[in-house]
Amino acid sequence: MNNKSELKGPTASRRGLILGTATAFALSAFSQIGFPSAAHADDVNTTGLAVTEDTVKVGILHSVTGTMAISETGSVQAEKLAIEQINAMGGVLGRQIEYTQEDGASDWPTFAEKAKKLLVNDKVAAVFGCWTSASRKAVLPVFEQYNGMLYYPTFYEGLEQSPNVIYTGQEATQQIIAGIDWVAKEKGAKSFYLLGSDYIWPRTSNKIARKHIEKLGLKVVGEEYYPLGHTQFNSVINKIKLKKPDVIYAIVVGGSNVAFYKQLKAAGIDMTKEKPVLLTISVTEDEIRGIGGENITGAYAAMKYFQSLDNPNNEAFVKAFKERWGDDIVIGDVTQAAYLGPWLWKAAVEKAGSFDIDKVRLASPGIELTTAPEGYVRVHENHHLWSKTRVGLAKPDGQYELVYETADLMEPDPFPEGYQ
Amino acid sequence: MTNGKFFLGRQELLGLAILAALIFIVLPASIDIFRLNLIGKYLTYAFVAIGLVLCWGMGGILSLGQGVFFGIGGYCMAMFLKLESSTPEATKIQSTPGIPDFMDWNQITELPWFWVPFNSLAFTLIAIFVLPAFFAFIIGAAMFKRRVGGVYFAIITQAIAAILTILIIGQQGYTGGVNGITDLRTLLGWDIRTDSAKYVLYFLNGALLIGVLIACQFVLKSKLGRLLVAVRDKEDRVRFSGYDVANFKIFVFCFAAVLSAIGGAMFTLQVGFMSPSFVGIVPSIEMVIYCAVGGRLSIFGAVYGTLLVNWAKTTFSETFPELWLFGLGALFIAVVLVFPNGLSGLYRTNVAPAVDRWLGRSSTSAKPPLEDPQAAE
Repeated sequence: MNNKSELKGPTASRRGLILGTATAFALSAFSQIGFPSAAHADDVNTTGLAVTEDTVKVGILHSVTGTMAISETGSVQAEKLAIEQINAMGGVLGRQIEYTQEDGASDWPTFAEKAKKLLVNDKVAAVFGCWTSASRKAVLPVFEQYNGMLYYPTFYEGLEQSPNVIYTGQEATQQIIAGIDWVAKEKGAKSFYLLGSDYIWPRTSNKIARKHIEKLGLKVVGEEYYPLGHTQFNSVINKIKLKKPDVIYAIVVGGSNVAFYKQLKAAGIDMTKEKPVLLTISVTEDEIRGIGGENITGAYAAMKYFQSLDNPNNEAFVKAFKERWGDDIVIGDVTQAAYLGPWLWKAAVEKAGSFDIDKVRLASPGIELTTAPEGYVRVHENHHLWSKTRVGLAKPDGQYELVYETADLMEPDPFPEGYQ
Repeated sequence: MTNGKFFLGRQELLGLAILAALIFIVLPASIDIFRLNLIGKYLTYAFVAIGLVLCWGMGGILSLGQGVFFGIGGYCMAMFLKLESSTPEATKIQSTPGIPDFMDWNQITELPWFWVPFNSLAFTLIAIFVLPAFFAFIIGAAMFKRRVGGVYFAIITQAIAAILTILIIGQQGYTGGVNGITDLRTLLGWDIRTDSAKYVLYFLNGALLIGVLIACQFVLKSKLGRLLVAVRDKEDRVRFSGYDVANFKIFVFCFAAVLSAIGGAMFTLQVGFMSPSFVGIVPSIEMVIYCAVGGRLSIFGAVYGTLLVNWAKTTFSETFPELWLFGLGALFIAVVLVFPNGLSGLYRTNVAPAVDRWLGRSSTSAKPPLEDPQAAE
């Protein structure tokens, strides 16, 4: 299964900085002696994208209104921060990035409409955006038809690999397998109760979880789904009390989380005790804000990033983020993944020496970032990221404390054999 | 009555001509295909708004569930297109090739029975007309025969919209769930995603809309149309005159449902997917707003109202991505405060008399059935 053959070259970002600065110097020199530099823009852009001598246009497409706005705001902030930082370093191929922001309004057809507007009217060189699977599915045909490039930040169910998307979040197996292995080994878990919100991501994730649990010779004692926005979890909590599973595996999303964790606590299920262990893949620091740290203390989350990660990259990132967007902000897994988007795009453009979508696509596999807040990541041939999976313990202050991380990078596998 | 025999008066003919010129000449000549495709999408909502004029403005039946019928039409079309694009060759990476991708993700290994007939375009087209009519008939018969009306009817239609949404989302293996039915490519081998196809579909949509307007005008000018207005204004008197009021209401409700379904089917063709976000309560209410902005008593007003609201929505949201909802809200408040009868009310008080004079005849025919300051509760 190993095809980790690429060598770590000089880091993409450093090379980019040198190249970018060099181009900027060259450009200013040209303009001073009145040299026509139009040919230059044509060189790096043969397909009519919105690239001028000193700017390049990209799109940001998230919901800033509607029910998803609360989740997607962090991604917008992260993408803007990354773009500003790249610009401060000299931009991409010597060009400052300008962004056009569009509102998907938590409405999937609006996403498709705006995606088309960005690609057809604004001719953007890349789009950073989408959050829910439904919005990604809605824009996918648009990106494939008009040949755009989408950087998609959310952890998601997999079963997709588009030449026009770079998936900067984890796909389901990366998140799930490491988490279940950990809970089986470290907590001696034997039985699992799976539950989630009723749509494609929790269902597919639980399918993979169930297969993996059964592979390990362990038992699933229950599996249930509730509609999005559901707030009455008493019946499932009673069943959990009856079946006494070692692990409650919860993939509840959005506002339902608040009700679920409060009712769990009220029903006397104490997650700080030895059993049952609550393991989730859907609650980031952003969600804890709504749930309240005291209601979820003791739960474990398996994902690739926590705000509390202790490394220099992350320290700098958290500091810059707070300076830009305020001290009371929290940063969750998806926000960090969104931050990677512009950087990965910049690295790919500079490797390709061109903004052309086809060249960027070819250049993307093998791109690596050593400066990512989560640590080292690399783009796989299947357009997902190699990344580590981590398990965090929720604390009353709303942060996770890192308790485990995989030794190696997890290989992204959007079409997992034997898990379908 | 002028032109007593012919159902299209001069005013209406002029209105049709102006609208047709706008849709077929002015817009295609002045904007690019991307914007034109958006206009095409807005015009599919106009079908629903026209249906609401008949049902609510004329018949006094406020339905807050028209999204249901829009959705039925859209889903019928989407099922056909999805089956066509899910050939075994195109879906060979699935564990069960030949079924739509979302079924495969949900461990369904065989095409469900109710999907099978949608392999046929003829069946699909018939279903787009028959299914919503049948569904509306059941709802209508159950409600109107029992003399449920007004607010109660509105609440029940809203409940139906909610139920259908929950059903579609819950049964994601069979319906595509929250994601909807996406990635539709061809219609009988004809790629609907190309620019030329978009033009063709736009003109087809426009032609259908004009056809629907003429049909509605026919209904309004017929005895049936006048009875509807009578039912709206004094239901008991019509009943005491010996008419079975419920049948008229059922008819107009079914008619509006079929119009919505046509809009839904055209929407799927032009936008390339269908999702439950057009079926639920919010879109259904939005459709009522289009109708209200246009003026709920005029079928032409409904078209312009739909265009105005959607154009405002797109423009505001492109210009102010973070504040646009406030702008749109302000627009609605302004409409209600400044011209409560919508665009058509504005037209009737300010422009229509001048047009009448210019047409050389003082037409009084258009007014009596339209004037309705406070009714329709």
